[in-house]
Amino acid sequence: MKTIEQETLLLKGLAANDTEAIETIYRDNFTVIKAFIIKNNGYTDDALDVFQEAMIVLFEKAKSGSFTLSCQLQTYLYSICRRLWLKKLQKQNRFNPSIETIEEIVPVDDEIEYHEKKNNDFLFMESALQKIGEPCKSLLEAFYLEKKSMPEIADSFGYTNADNAKTQKYKCLVRLKKIFFAQYKNNM
Amino acid sequence: MEENLLFDAIERYRNGQMDEKEKLFFEELKKNNPEIDQIVAEHSFFLSELERMSEQKQLRHNLKEVENKLINEGVISGKKGKTKAKLIYLWNRYQRTIAVAAAIACIVSLSTATIISQYSENKKAAVITPLVDHKLNQFEYKLNQIEHKLNDATTTSTARPKFEANFRATAFLVDGKGYLITNAHVVENAKNLIVENKKGEQFYAEQIYSNPGTDLAILKIADTSFKQVNGLPYTFPKTTPELAEPIFTLGYPREEVVYGEGYLSAMSGYYGDTTSYQISISANPGNSGGPVINKNGEVIGIISSKETNADGVVFAIKSQNIYDALKQVKKENDVTIKMPTANSLKGLDRVKQIKKLEDFVYKVKGN
Repeated sequence: MKTIEQETLLLKGLAANDTEAIETIYRDNFTVIKAFIIKNNGYTDDALDVFQEAMIVLFEKAKSGSFTLSCQLQTYLYSICRRLWLKKLQKQNRFNPSIETIEEIVPVDDEIEYHEKKNNDFLFMESALQKIGEPCKSLLEAFYLEKKSMPEIADSFGYTNADNAKTQKYKCLVRLKKIFFAQYKNNM
Repeated sequence: MEENLLFDAIERYRNGQMDEKEKLFFEELKKNNPEIDQIVAEHSFFLSELERMSEQKQLRHNLKEVENKLINEGVISGKKGKTKAKLIYLWNRYQRTIAVAAAIACIVSLSTATIISQYSENKKAAVITPLVDHKLNQFEYKLNQIEHKLNDATTTSTARPKFEANFRATAFLVDGKGYLITNAHVVENAKNLIVENKKGEQFYAEQIYSNPGTDLAILKIADTSFKQVNGLPYTFPKTTPELAEPIFTLGYPREEVVYGEGYLSAMSGYYGDTTSYQISISANPGNSGGPVINKNGEVIGIISSKETNADGVVFAIKSQNIYDALKQVKKENDVTIKMPTANSLKGLDRVKQIKKLEDFVYKVKGN
């Protein structure tokens, strides 16, 4: 059992994408979640999927900064996993009405809803990136995700100078935005 | 290219790369120009989404790494846990289905078993006919009575009481002291038994052994008038008979003795019953209990039944079963029964064989 200070620290670690924090959270909580999933019509693989998704929810929460734990981290994770798994069961038509709720749970519907919307955005962005193809994808990733400078990019992508690379990056960006927003607006 | 510059500016603004003067100018521009403000908002949103995606990708990657690490360490179930989990999963998922299926299977198998057993019993009853003649008709009764009267008239010594038989079958001596072999189904439910030899001499007999399993029964002539006969001409085989071996029988499908011949057609009986043979011979109700004899005068079997729907398919109990029966009789009744050992039929032609044989084959009647 960890103190609130320790758990807050863990969340900070998670928000910073720190593998050590992630590992601790896994070690402390996965067994409980797995037991729950298996008890309710799931495989170990399902438990891994659900737990991963719950971690992403937690990550987003932790990053938002406005989040403070109002209960045990385990209770929170359990509640999220339970909600996620119920949704998954309903989707697959294997809803088990006698799902066990002996554990303490906290309401997490808002989080899940938000997460699902954001998850869609994530998928849109990912597929949009796939669609623009190379070298646009690598070029944009290098600049926006890997935060490389323009001269660096010009060098590694074989452009004569940074301005050329910049022009190319701009063209790619416009295409990416077009695809992304088309999908985004379709699904509003 | 204006947009290009604008994007650049937005990015620099978001990343805090503008100096104070530029920043103020940019904010002023946004405020006074709704169109630009809109573009700024949209592009900011897009960039934040892009960053979020990047972070999430990184997170997912980290999660996967931690997962793999823990799986390798065995902290998170490895493969072993997976199969167990699968079992539990399947059990949980199909619990109700399994219960229903089991119940149905139970009902189905029970009812099928009942139907099959009923059907096969019926079938056996319908398909296999024991060769006891239960249809002694009125005419035959009268004939019997006349016979009796004639017998009474000629042989004054043995006055027979009136005896109305309701079945007729065959038996043969296994020991001259008055031990006869017949079928268990012949004598079952019979209160009184009379055996009659070819000369028409009748003796009361009692059954001292009956085994419905092998369908063998042993009768003992209880009449004092019966005198021990010697020289049983047949023996029992020491080797297994051969398929297609010619065989013959004597029996009482009628009031008088009837000869029939055929061959050994299968080494097992009805539905592979290894305690009997299938023989091809003309047999009718009344032939039950008759000896099946090969050309060497060895009794290889006892006729018991025939297949109703097939012609010439008759079943005979293997004579090996007689040994067991006799052993039991000896033990239970403390008597000595000697099976014949000298064969006087071997090498004779059939007519002579029958002449020697017919004195030892009896008619069994009872009620």
